[in-house]
Amino acid sequence: MTDILMPALSPTMEEGTLAKWHVQVGDTVSAGDVIAEIETDKATMEVEAVDEGVVEELLVEAGAEGVKVNAPIARLAGGAAPAVAEPAAKAPAEASGDPEKKGPAEAKGDEPEGEGPAAVRPAAPLADPEIPEGAKLVKTTVRDALRDAMAEEMRRDETVFLMGEEVAQYQGAYKVSRGLLEEFGERRVIDTPITEHGFAGLGVGAAMAGLKPIVEFMTWNFAMQAIDHIINSAAKTHYMSGGQITTPMVFRGPNGAASRVAAQHSQDYAAWYAHIPGLKVIAPYDAADAKGLLKAAIRDPNPVVFLEHEMLYGQEFDVPEGDDYVVPIGKAKVRRTGADVTITAYSRMVGLALKAAEELAAEGIEAEVVDLRTIRPMDHATIVESVRKTHRLVTVEEGWGPMGVGAEVITRVIEHAFDYLDAPPARVCQEDVPLPYAANLEALSLPSVEKIVKAAKAVCYRP
Amino acid sequence: MARAKQAAKTGGTPAEAGESLSKDQLLGFYRDMLLIRRFEERAGQLYGMGLIGGFCHLYIGQEAIAVGVQSIQEDGDQVITAYRDHGHMLACGMDPNEVMAELTGRSGGSSKGKGGSMHMFSREAEFYGGHGIVGAPAPLGTGLALANRYKDNGKVAFTYFGDGAANQGQVYESFNMAALWKLPVVYVIENNQYAMGTSLERSSSETHMYKRGASFRIPGEEVDGMDVLAVRDAARRAAAHARSGEGPFILEMKTYRYRGHSMSDPAKYRTREEVDEVRKTRDPIEHLREKLERDGVADEATLKAIDAEVKRIVADAAEFARTSPEPELSELYTEVYVEAPQ
Repeated sequence: MTDILMPALSPTMEEGTLAKWHVQVGDTVSAGDVIAEIETDKATMEVEAVDEGVVEELLVEAGAEGVKVNAPIARLAGGAAPAVAEPAAKAPAEASGDPEKKGPAEAKGDEPEGEGPAAVRPAAPLADPEIPEGAKLVKTTVRDALRDAMAEEMRRDETVFLMGEEVAQYQGAYKVSRGLLEEFGERRVIDTPITEHGFAGLGVGAAMAGLKPIVEFMTWNFAMQAIDHIINSAAKTHYMSGGQITTPMVFRGPNGAASRVAAQHSQDYAAWYAHIPGLKVIAPYDAADAKGLLKAAIRDPNPVVFLEHEMLYGQEFDVPEGDDYVVPIGKAKVRRTGADVTITAYSRMVGLALKAAEELAAEGIEAEVVDLRTIRPMDHATIVESVRKTHRLVTVEEGWGPMGVGAEVITRVIEHAFDYLDAPPARVCQEDVPLPYAANLEALSLPSVEKIVKAAKAVCYRP
Repeated sequence: MARAKQAAKTGGTPAEAGESLSKDQLLGFYRDMLLIRRFEERAGQLYGMGLIGGFCHLYIGQEAIAVGVQSIQEDGDQVITAYRDHGHMLACGMDPNEVMAELTGRSGGSSKGKGGSMHMFSREAEFYGGHGIVGAPAPLGTGLALANRYKDNGKVAFTYFGDGAANQGQVYESFNMAALWKLPVVYVIENNQYAMGTSLERSSSETHMYKRGASFRIPGEEVDGMDVLAVRDAARRAAAHARSGEGPFILEMKTYRYRGHSMSDPAKYRTREEVDEVRKTRDPIEHLREKLERDGVADEATLKAIDAEVKRIVADAAEFARTSPEPELSELYTEVYVEAPQ
């Protein structure tokens, strides 16, 4: 007897829908036979048998949702060891990450709504000034929030269009552009060849001519091919032309470490682009910010680098209903108040910081978590105000520390609140190595809740 | 801001096959080429005097290309090029005063002194730079063409780069997309034989630049870039192709630059005799001047009057560029961002 287990179709997949069985009880299957179809929120894939035998039992019904990876889905007569079924075609690594799952490298619990004891949670969720009073909130994934932002802005402004690899017919390598081709047609949702340097340049040229391109990079790692046009052509032209030529456009895509994709596919570019005058750089955490800030970015007359996170795409958050939710660029957000230590973070690191804050609270340390949201221009007023209250600072970023975002945060705090500091600030960041593949080394390399807790205690001089 | 279409646009209307050009048109070509020549000579002089700094790439020898192509452009067609851009800006009709004042880094410059020789633009003249990165104009110009297609406005983006830039990967990325999507773009490769100091033969496995689009099914044509009428003729065909929706076209303009790559290049990689030979036998301005006289289009007095007019324009530009004040110090911080009407 052999159990067939639910396969993982991507490095980060945790569960999926068993869409369809291709076999029934009593069928004889051979290795390589397609036995089922499995759906994630991004793809449908066929599953092949890896063993021979007769189907003895189907353990999961067709249409069952939320089937966990490695759960038995069928049983073959004959054979001994459990077998994981094999996806017929491997999803490309870029197209594969499923953010629902916390990969082995990720400390559990970057979801701020985690089930902590009531006593250690913030007394009350902070009111968000951008969310209108009485607004109806809708649970939305970050992925769909981004899509909604693009769709709404494309409806609003005929000059907005999307271009990039697999954005149209494939519906987005990460399914962020799902449905856009159907609504807006191929004139405004443009599949490009794999040619980042080229299509980034085309986007800038189109922006110079008055359009508002959204240029999607499948991941920001590939944008290094295009960095010349982002910096030399997009960021500098308004200045170099004495104000005559503008390049209103958004460069966007997933940034930072995914799960187990190693050094060339795992990098946080926030510090790289935030170095450049002429660019605005945004790295949202939750779905409301993803939507509101992307809408602001599309409307902004400047080139905007919009850094998303693959591991957040599938996470759900409350988003105000309606098509007029725009979050101003350049404003940080205090996501948790606390009097003892300020923790700054952006993108996925905000979730880790919030979780760390809960753990710290259990030990009597109240942390204030500041979500930077916009990296450039940096809202140092909010950071400085917080540090003047807490007198202690920990910065968290997924990128490397040297010359990084944390280095900039600390510099600004030193410039504006030096006398308020009661301890040297601390940085939590990726270890100063290319990101390794091995699960244990990857975990060791990236920031974690544990590392943030440790750093916060250190600046509080607590054991 | 630039006063567009002021100096040039003398060619005016799109040429017809087998056209007979009017006297005014022919004299206009002569005048526009001469203006570029004299302007560049003066720029070289101002550079020597220390009034112009940095890099300064002169267009001397290549005048027929910008003037010939410009003569068949329709209003709204765009031009983009790299850093050997002064001639293109004059051909597009940008004010010589503003161009020269930009070279001297003054507030009266077309970029208020913040761009310099390699970075000038004019939205009015549909001139999109002026780019310092070799090869960058190829995708940017293709993007202008993408916008033309998006707006369905019937305009063509004339995208210039040199034989050196033609070896950049992004050029071929652009060719591919332009052909794939049949974008209205004419790539004008100004083949002046030298990529800075490296000759064509030493840098290019395929030295016939007009064939460089072959693997993308982009038609190309080799053109005598020293003959303004041949340039005009070829540009007209290429533009018609692009405008009609058939996609990109490549024009390889065989030309020659008389000066070094930039002002700081002594050009030791070629002989004095080689340069002299081209100047003596293929000079685009002398070539047209002889034709005008031979065909009885213009007598010496007419040509002398044009020479005098051009000399005065250039002298005025030099004076303006010398006396225009440097930018206000507060200009340092302006125009980094467009103020957002959020």
